[in-house]
Amino acid sequence: MKSKKNNLLSSFLIHLVLAVLAFLCLFFFYVLVINATHSHADLQKGFSAVPGSSFLQNLKNVSTDGSFPMFRGILNSIFVSGSCAAICTYFSSLTAYGLYAYDFRLKKIAFTFIMAILVMPTQVTAMGFLRLITRMGMYDSLLPLILPSIASPAVFYFMFSYLKSSLPLSLVEAARIDGCGEFRIFNRIVLPIMKPAIAVQAIFTFVGSWNNYFVPALVIQSKNKMTVPILIATLRGADYMNFDMGKVYMMIMAAIVPIIFVYLLLSKYIIAGITLGGVKG
Amino acid sequence: MKKRKASGYAKWGYIFILPFFIAYFIFSLIPLVDTVRYSFYEYYQSGIKVIGPNYVGLVNYKELLHSDMFRYAGNTMILWIIGFIPQIVIAMILASWFSDARLKIHGKQFFKVVVYLPNLIMASAFALLFFTMFSTSGPINSILMNLGITSSKIDFLGSTAGTRLLVGFMNFLMWFGNTSIMLMAAIMGISQEVFEAADIDGCNRLQRFFMVTLPNIRPILAYTLITSIIGGLQMFDVPQILTGGKGSPDRTSMTLIMFLNNHLKSKNYGMAGALSVYLFIIAGILCAIVYKMTDDSDPDGSRAAEKARKRAERKAGHKR
Repeated sequence: MKSKKNNLLSSFLIHLVLAVLAFLCLFFFYVLVINATHSHADLQKGFSAVPGSSFLQNLKNVSTDGSFPMFRGILNSIFVSGSCAAICTYFSSLTAYGLYAYDFRLKKIAFTFIMAILVMPTQVTAMGFLRLITRMGMYDSLLPLILPSIASPAVFYFMFSYLKSSLPLSLVEAARIDGCGEFRIFNRIVLPIMKPAIAVQAIFTFVGSWNNYFVPALVIQSKNKMTVPILIATLRGADYMNFDMGKVYMMIMAAIVPIIFVYLLLSKYIIAGITLGGVKG
Repeated sequence: MKKRKASGYAKWGYIFILPFFIAYFIFSLIPLVDTVRYSFYEYYQSGIKVIGPNYVGLVNYKELLHSDMFRYAGNTMILWIIGFIPQIVIAMILASWFSDARLKIHGKQFFKVVVYLPNLIMASAFALLFFTMFSTSGPINSILMNLGITSSKIDFLGSTAGTRLLVGFMNFLMWFGNTSIMLMAAIMGISQEVFEAADIDGCNRLQRFFMVTLPNIRPILAYTLITSIIGGLQMFDVPQILTGGKGSPDRTSMTLIMFLNNHLKSKNYGMAGALSVYLFIIAGILCAIVYKMTDDSDPDGSRAAEKARKRAERKAGHKR
């Protein structure tokens, strides 16, 4: 009897703690969404918990603001993140397959090298990177935000672990006997098998690139090439208090809502994917 | 004959891994060499005039030792600790709840989805949101005053403690869900028999957690710790946006990468190079530790886990 009462109490406590944590996670987004529907004048009066009626007006103000081209920024971000996700997953799979399926003299060294740089921060080479792309004529362009993702050690490691668990080499042998070329084997047989791993890593690479701020802020100068995080940062740096606050909230919302939307659609795969490779980026 | 065939395929191995190594060579290795090289030069811009590059040896390194670098390193560490301690404690609690099949948690999937959500949010936008919400005329002050908790507006971002706590709190919010799910997977990987044996021995819930679960997930915990330290070392977006790049008040929330960013923005390549080399050395040590952990001879820490399991079993055996 006593233990039953105890269980009830602990169950109540567990749900209480979970509810508080969920509240903490959602509260700020709730305030964001609510405030994005209020006009500047409403917001000056203090916080109100019910939605206002200025959502469309704020959205219009954001889209017509030439000094903070938010929608141009979103397009740039989608282009950069989409390209990153595509080439990062393709070349990581290719590298993983190369090291998994073939035997060659430098194999061990190549693998060890990649594992050694697995978690090396990109910031430590930022200075040389900046000078290099300036000399290559890629300063203030989107290309240097995309191309380096060909070499992503963490994604490689994930793909390698996945291959090890799900690609029998006999399948490759069989394809060879049927006269299939090596590139064809990779594109037609290996890639389809890796689809689940590619999907998971494509999502994480996309999100990581979408949120990336440090390097893009150093590389991009002109307004029409800015990605969303740089626009957010310039918004913070500008004479902020004179702004239309409804518009500011709407801009923040434009920066994070696409990701939340995608996440809610794919949350099942994303949560399963966090742990699959055992390594986060 | 056979050998020639094997080496024929070997060619493809090189071809397939070539793009990775070319990209790494161009975009990471050349920049690294360049960074190290200019760390020995006096090379900066004052106005539109470029000074240098003049070789000065270790002057930049010495100068950094007498700058505020250690102060910023301290700030970075404080900000990381404020976020990490609640993160790892809450994550361990959540992981043990989520992985315990006997606990009937309603809406488990919902909670998992919600706690992971902040991890995907753009850190810079999240920081700007916090900046507007915790400003003196923002909604948090408005709510606190309406509830009668405070009668005058609180200047959260005007005080050292307030700013640091907010940065730590944001890091906590962004990472505790991720850590929870990592640890949960680690706990679910422990063989059920161990838990059953513990139950037969009359372990209560607390004993089971500290005597069985904790030793078994120690490799993953260590891995989480190291990767989190590396993440903490790179801390930039949140304090940069929250304080407008100033690390205000009085640079008490200025991190190492913000310091590096200032040198890069002002085009002081010599100092930026030397600072990068210091950071590279620290990151290199941490990388070496991670490399040891993910070493192929023990790819998922399973051998270490096995050891821990045996130790736990021995302990349980002693009690019996």
